[in-house]
Amino acid sequence: MPDLSTNCGGIRSPNPFWLASAPPANSGAQVQRAFDAGWGGAVWKTLGVPIQNVSSRFGAINYSGTRAIGFNNIELITDRPLEVNFKEIYETKKKFPKHAVVVSLMVETEEEWKAIIKRSIDAGADGLELNFGCPHGMCERGMGSAVGQEPKVNERITSWAVEYSTVPVLVKLTPNVSDILPHGLAAQRGGAHGVSLINTIKSIIAVDIDRFVPEPRVGSLSTNGGYCGAAVKPIALHMLARLARSDDFSIPISGIGGITNWRDAVEFMLLGASSVQVCTEVMLKGYRIVEDMIEGLDEYMQSHGFQTLDQLIGKAVPAYSEWGDLDLNYETIAKIDEKKCIGCQLCVVACHDGAHQCIHPAKESPGATATRVPIVDESECVGCNLCKIVCPVPDCISLVPVDNGFAPASWNQHLTGGATLRPKKGAH
Amino acid sequence: MSKPIPTDRSESVFEDYKHEYDAKQALIEANRCLYCSDAPCTQACPTHIDVPEFIRKIATGNLKGSARTIFEANILGMSCARVCPVEVLCVGDCVYNQMGVPPIQIGKLQRHATDRAYEQGWRFFEAGAPTGKSVGLIGAGPASLAAAHELRRLGHACTVYEKRPVIGGLNTTGIAPYKMRADRSVQEAQWVLGIGGVQLETGVEVGKDLTLAELEKKHDAVFVGVGLGPDTRLGVPGEDLPGVHGAVELIERLKLGKLELSGVKSALVVGGGNTAIDGVRELAGLGVPSVTLAYRGAEAQMPGYRHEWLAAREVGVAGAFHAVPIGFEGNARVERVRLVRTDAQKKPIAGSEFTLDAQLVLIAIGQSTLGQMLSGLSGIGVQNGSVVTDAAGATGRKGWFAGGDCRNGGKEVVNAAAEGKAAAQAIHRHLGGKDA
Repeated sequence: MPDLSTNCGGIRSPNPFWLASAPPANSGAQVQRAFDAGWGGAVWKTLGVPIQNVSSRFGAINYSGTRAIGFNNIELITDRPLEVNFKEIYETKKKFPKHAVVVSLMVETEEEWKAIIKRSIDAGADGLELNFGCPHGMCERGMGSAVGQEPKVNERITSWAVEYSTVPVLVKLTPNVSDILPHGLAAQRGGAHGVSLINTIKSIIAVDIDRFVPEPRVGSLSTNGGYCGAAVKPIALHMLARLARSDDFSIPISGIGGITNWRDAVEFMLLGASSVQVCTEVMLKGYRIVEDMIEGLDEYMQSHGFQTLDQLIGKAVPAYSEWGDLDLNYETIAKIDEKKCIGCQLCVVACHDGAHQCIHPAKESPGATATRVPIVDESECVGCNLCKIVCPVPDCISLVPVDNGFAPASWNQHLTGGATLRPKKGAH
Repeated sequence: MSKPIPTDRSESVFEDYKHEYDAKQALIEANRCLYCSDAPCTQACPTHIDVPEFIRKIATGNLKGSARTIFEANILGMSCARVCPVEVLCVGDCVYNQMGVPPIQIGKLQRHATDRAYEQGWRFFEAGAPTGKSVGLIGAGPASLAAAHELRRLGHACTVYEKRPVIGGLNTTGIAPYKMRADRSVQEAQWVLGIGGVQLETGVEVGKDLTLAELEKKHDAVFVGVGLGPDTRLGVPGEDLPGVHGAVELIERLKLGKLELSGVKSALVVGGGNTAIDGVRELAGLGVPSVTLAYRGAEAQMPGYRHEWLAAREVGVAGAFHAVPIGFEGNARVERVRLVRTDAQKKPIAGSEFTLDAQLVLIAIGQSTLGQMLSGLSGIGVQNGSVVTDAAGATGRKGWFAGGDCRNGGKEVVNAAAEGKAAAQAIHRHLGGKDA
């Protein structure tokens, strides 16, 4: 059996699955139920000076009948009294000593940071997460992403927290920056034991086209919120990998952003996350999703012979390179498995309208037959992958490497050493 | 004007065999559609409705556009959604079948979109600028309705001659009520004629009340959409006994009025086609305790759709196969049917006679053809009783066109709709119009 035990910046948990700081980690009763369901850790809903929330608070983007592929919220930090939160943190830690309880914090002055850190640690926090990410509401008050967007402020507050804390400190970064690296490095300079990313992305999720108001609607107005859910995963993966492959960045990362299942979690870990945090999918489906996450990760590790998480964390980072280092002579072409093809011709229309006009209906091809299996003109196929993406049948279209006789050559090699590039395809 | 049909009709007891989708069900099903290119479902439809497009429009909430896409191809899209044998047309060709995944329920989605159009009063088409030409159409069934609508779009004046007091043709008088009731068909016919400019002459039988020569003189072109004639008879002793009916005739009575069935404990329907299958399902649905279909061949040889027969079996009807009636017996009315077994070639086997009790018999072995009504017109060919035309519907006589059952020998409503529309376009060209 693989060992799923996790250590992210010194914060330990029985598995890498943590609830992110958000509504599912709003109270002791919730976090305890989550731990009972199998979650390895929880980052408590951000504590600070309790606020007043609006209704409604959430919006979603649906796609082709699939609900909430993306999600956003305009909810703020905890609205519950601090003493209630600390009491419940204490009770939760008593009951679940081996689980990770990380307390998310967001206050303004050094005195406030010092005081709230002490109270958190006194309550039993295993770690702290500094919320420098919230992109709505709190940032208008000079907190959240307003901090995360200023490396100097980030570094200064981080250093306060590290100074006053006896437990590990994670800094939660905002994705609402042009390059994540300076912000990760600022947290590192401030002494953080790790970073968490990404927080939500500044967004307007939708517009009510009959009322002429964006969503979520609060009476006759709305405001920008934080975008999250399955659709943001690619943005999160990039920011994660940007830090993970930087030679200057060396502290652990807790990955967040669109993780819905064990596969997503594995992807985050392969790009460098030591633990993963989940909010939206839990909000949509409940704590119970963790059963499959644990089982799926376990099976995945067994199938690859991984005994510990360290063996897979970061394993895909070296394969994330610059475009200029990609092999321009690597060539693939699309092959359609005629036994699997159902004749929908989605590849035909996609290739014709969206790619290189190289997949044709059989009836319009030389030697036309009655079959609806399209014909790939291999002399024109650039191996772009669009056909495979639109094909509704698993493994029906594959991109097969071609031996074109050219030695590997990247653009950079071509520029610097004059490496020979194969003739371009489909560029006429 | 079409005479209103009675509200109290035998068919009213039937509920829809295929339940209608509500908005959420339609949305889920619409979102399953793969939006195929050059889609097999569209190719399978005789009117070539752009199925993926109308389904996508349901999925995006553009129901009006969805209905427009359907009606643009087939103005009878509302009834076709209900009565088409989708299992062997569009749905049967859905690519999901190739994957072993349930095919898209195209008929139900089409019904969802077209019903909204009727409900909301959406109309999509206007009559074209008057051309000064006039077309006479014989029959007010699906073929003529589709033709008249298209002709009006092209600006030609139309007069429809219908011998019955009600319009809609077999769609009104013959559709199994668990698919569509008569009032719906009449509503559709009126909706189609709502384009305006169509003069409707009901109770006028061409050939009797109006001669073909008079018709030809009155109009610049004529469209023949008369459908089929009375039920074919078996020609066996006792066929004139009360209680022995042609199936189409009896179905028309249950569609348009009340049928007295209280004394009927057992009923026999003779035939293996879709009308016979409709007959047994209808009689069972009207409460006849024992209903049997007698077919001269094997069960697997029935010309009716297999899915329809399986649905009939679901409601408890019996099948007597390799059996053919040789006489009907009874005093004042039919009480028994004498039958004989048939061999693999459907030939009677001597000495294999048996009897079945039946107080009601429906003969559903086909309908006569009406092509002969045109035999007085030189140039019009009639083959096996059907009017001979070219692909577009033109007969051998200048200005005469035909479509629907009288041309194709008896097919689906959707075939009539396709042929009527195609013939209208041919008429338009004949009248000097350019291709629309």
